[in-house]
Parts: sequence; structure tokens; C-alpha cells
Amino acid sequence: MSSILLSLFGAASQGLTWAILALGVYITFRILDIPDMSCEGSFALGGSISSFIMVSLNWNPFITLLIATFFGMIAGLVTGFLHTKLKIPAILAGILTMVGLYSINLRIMGQANTALLGKDTIITFVQNLLPSAEMLGIKNSVLQTTATILVGLIFTGIVISFLYWFFGTEVGCCIRATGNNPAMVRAQGVNTDKMKIFGLILGNALVALSGALVTQNQGYADVGMGIGAIVIALASIVIGEVIFSRAKNFAHKLIAIVLGSIIYRLIIALVLQMGLDANDLKLLTACVVALALSIPVLKKTTAYIMISITLKKIANAIQIKFTVKRGRK
Amino acid sequence: MLTLTNIYKTFNPNTVNEKLVLNGLNLELNDGDFVSVIGGNGAGKSTMLNMIAGVHFPDEGSIVLDHEDITKFPEHIRAKYLGRVFQDPMMGTAANMEIEENLALAYRRGKKRGLGWGITKEERALYIEKLKMLDLGLESRLSSKVGLLSGGQRQALTLLMATLKQPKLLLLDEHTAALDPKTANKVLELSDQIIKENSLTAMMVTHNMKNAIQYGNRLIMMYDGIIIFDVSGEAKRNLHVSDLLEKFEQASGGEFANDRMILS
Repeated sequence: MSSILLSLFGAASQGLTWAILALGVYITFRILDIPDMSCEGSFALGGSISSFIMVSLNWNPFITLLIATFFGMIAGLVTGFLHTKLKIPAILAGILTMVGLYSINLRIMGQANTALLGKDTIITFVQNLLPSAEMLGIKNSVLQTTATILVGLIFTGIVISFLYWFFGTEVGCCIRATGNNPAMVRAQGVNTDKMKIFGLILGNALVALSGALVTQNQGYADVGMGIGAIVIALASIVIGEVIFSRAKNFAHKLIAIVLGSIIYRLIIALVLQMGLDANDLKLLTACVVALALSIPVLKKTTAYIMISITLKKIANAIQIKFTVKRGRK
Repeated sequence: MLTLTNIYKTFNPNTVNEKLVLNGLNLELNDGDFVSVIGGNGAGKSTMLNMIAGVHFPDEGSIVLDHEDITKFPEHIRAKYLGRVFQDPMMGTAANMEIEENLALAYRRGKKRGLGWGITKEERALYIEKLKMLDLGLESRLSSKVGLLSGGQRQALTLLMATLKQPKLLLLDEHTAALDPKTANKVLELSDQIIKENSLTAMMVTHNMKNAIQYGNRLIMMYDGIIIFDVSGEAKRNLHVSDLLEKFEQASGGEFANDRMILS
């Protein structure tokens, strides 16, 4: 039993570090309405840069996060340039950046993966600030997970506050409106190309930051770590949106995505515990996202309407029974 | 104040769909003119407005607004001089954003956008006051999403957004065509009122000849990419729909006006 709890605890900590990826994708996919594939490349870029600088240059793990974020911005700038100035369709522009980044990431690391063996990461840094595991009477792995959760909370907190502020500013409002109705935004005197580039820069910066955090958490960077990142991010977004559909306020929506990311990791941990082959995970995720994204269409089918009507009738019947019972008392 | 000189525009050149839309168009607008623009489908009315707004660029010719040659300015640069309302009520507003956010975007037309707050408190008071003038009850729904509004309400809001910052020229591109007759009349009245109150220079494309005669101090009729009839002042006031139809017949060589124009 305790092993299940432990794995769920670990899943929650993972969910927090991956949540920033989901927030980055939310900016491009939902706010800008651009399916930005370059995030798969910039996620691994964040990991590669962070691990390279830590292992080869021995720099402080905090600083590597900032540098990774900066290079993520450049990746976003490249995609934005390809899309807006060179008029390449958004999805293709993203794929071009993603493919290019694969080689760049290999160049940065000089190999397919880099381990952070014996290096101080941001997780161990926080862990050292906490009292030791023996003093608390817990396992060392639990302490490490706790440290990861703390780091995750701090970073998602900072990112959410930043995004909440930024999308309330004049530029932020213009970016949101660009995703909504670019013709109107141009009529109000705003360069929509610039707004798209800003959005892509911001989105990819967060994705790279997330890649660096995930690398420091798992202890290695891999050139293939970004594969499927966009699908994982979308899964977190749709899970958050479906479960917390009442969230109307922008900050609440962002928090819903973070919770969605955690729930996604919990689901994964559960199905793995139940004996699912880890190799089938991506297929499962893809199916979940495809299903969730098709909800608007499915809602219009007769089968869905019949089921929802029956469910409502059952719910009503139960409610009537309940009130009748209470009335008798 | 606006001068269009020898404007030529061909869409899809060198293809089977090649279409000469503007064929050496010339137009001179005076300060305070309220011009209604009529003409059959494909006459080039909307293209002319889009040319002024910078959506399309002329193959030849020049556009001068208030002594400034804006022929090559991109759309978002000239937006600071222009207020625009589109045919499609969806076009002029951002549906997923609040009424006040839309107004705030319009309030900053032509200004540089920075990292200051998107909406300030003082602005809100101004928006409420302006929305009251529309008389649609929108002043109490500042934070409603624009997507929840009806087509007429959205057009009225777009009109307000277009004139919130006084434009040098207001472009109304069949802005009542997608509305029911009653709402269309209300939006037209509102446009007229706003134009008069702010003494704006405006161009209004319409398919409705009665409206074209009723509103504005000047009327131009387009056919095949040029202006074939231009009348203003007293002569315009005395026009009748039958006069316009006659003009149209003459120009098109007996070919009759399209159904929409007769019906309206």
C-alpha cells in the first residue's frame, strides 16, 4: 500500500515540474491558437543546455535554468520568424524548428544523453536546506520528492504570477486578442506578426525552463526527452479544463492546468501500477487527448445526447427519492 | 482630405480567375464629407475601402490622407488614422474577450503598447458613459464576453470602438447588411448620430439605395472599378431611388440592377 502512496507522491512532484511545459503550450495552443510543434525541440533544448552547463562548466544550477529559458526564447523567435515573416504555415514552421533543434541538442551535449551524476541540482540544493531524512524519520527518497514538490510549487507559482500579470498588460491583451481575431487587432493598429512572435517566444521560454527543471529532477538529459511533449502538455491542459470547467478567472484557469498536469501524472502512475506496459504510455496519452479534443463534436452525436438525458433522469430520480425520504423524517 | 489617384487593382493576375477590380479610380474627399457608396456586386466598393485601410495594396496609383502619402503603409500603421466597421459582426470584435477589454484595445489605437495595465480605472468610467449613449444596456455588462452579444449589439460596439479615438476617416463597409431591418436601422441611426456629433469624415458602403439617399451629404455610384456618378449637397437631397436605377441602367448599358438593390 505504502508503495502505491509513494508512487502517487512521486507522480505529483513530477506533475509540478511538467506543469510549466503545459503552461507554455497553453500560451501558444490556446491563447495564440497556434499548434506549436517547436516545443518538442525546445523542451529537450532546455534539458540539454542545463545539463551541459552543469556538467562541463560546473555552473550553478539556478543560472542554468535562466540560460535554458533564454535559449528557449530564441527557439520561439525562430519559429515566429519562419511563420510570420516567411509565411510558412504555423505547424510546419514549428516542425522545422523542432527538427533543427534535434541536431543542435546533439551538438550541445556531444552525445545522445548526459547524466548529472554527483552534480548539485536545484532539487538537491533545496533538499539540503531541509532537515535531514533521519531527523524527520522518513526515507531519503521521500525527502527528495518533498524537495521536488517545493521546487515545483515555487516555480509554477512564479510562472503563474508572471503570466497573470503579463496577460493583463497592454501587450498581453493584444496577444490574447491576436489569437482571437487578428483582423480586428490590426484594425486597432497593432502589428499581429509581432504579437505572434512575442507569444511564441514566451511559450517556448517556459517549455525550455520546464525541460531544464525536468532534467534536474530526473538526473539526466536525453535528446529524445521532448518526443510527445506537446501531447503530454495537451493532455494536462484538457484534463485541467474538463475537470475544472468552472474556472473563469485567468489565474484559476492556469492553476487548473497545473492541477491537470498533476492529475495526468497520477493517472499514469495508477495505470502503470495496474500493469500497463510503459511502452504503451504514449499511445494511451494520444488516445486520451484525441478523445478530449473531440468532445465538442461528440457532444452533438445522438448517442451522447441520449446518455446525458438518461443520466440526468437518473440523477433527478435519485434526488426526488432523497427529498421524499427527508420529508418523511 | 483623402485623395485616391489612378488606382488600379487586379486580383489573381495571370490566372483564369484574373479580375480587374479597380480600373483607374479617382476620388477626392473633403473634410466632413459623409459619403454613401453604392454599386452592384463586384463594382469595387469593398475593395476601395480595403485599399484605403491597407488590407490590399494598389497595383498602381496613390492614396494621400491629410497630405501624407499612405499608399505603402501597412494596415496596422494606418489604423491610427482610420476607424473601421465591417460587414461581418464577428470581424470587428474579439469574441472571447470582455466588452471593456475590447474597448481598451480600441482606446489605444495608434498608441504604442507597453507593459502598463491593459485597462485603467479612469477608462472604465469613460466606457460606461459611452456605452450609455448606445442605449443597449451594455453599460452594466462591462465584463461580459463579447461573444454573448447579438449581431446588432456587436456592430454597435464596433462602431463605438471605431470612434472611441477620433479617426480622421471612418470606413463603414456594409456594416448593416448582416442585421435584421429593425436592428439595421438602429445601427444606421447610431452611425449618423456619432458622425454628426464628432463631425467625422466617413464613407459608407451600402446595398440599400434608400439608406444611401437618406444618409450623408454625398453619394457616389461605382461600376466596373470606377466612379460613374458623384452627387452632393442639394442635388443629392432631391435624389430618388428611380434616378439611381436609371443612372445604373445607363452605365451598365441596359443591364439591370441586381435583385438586392431593387428589393431594398
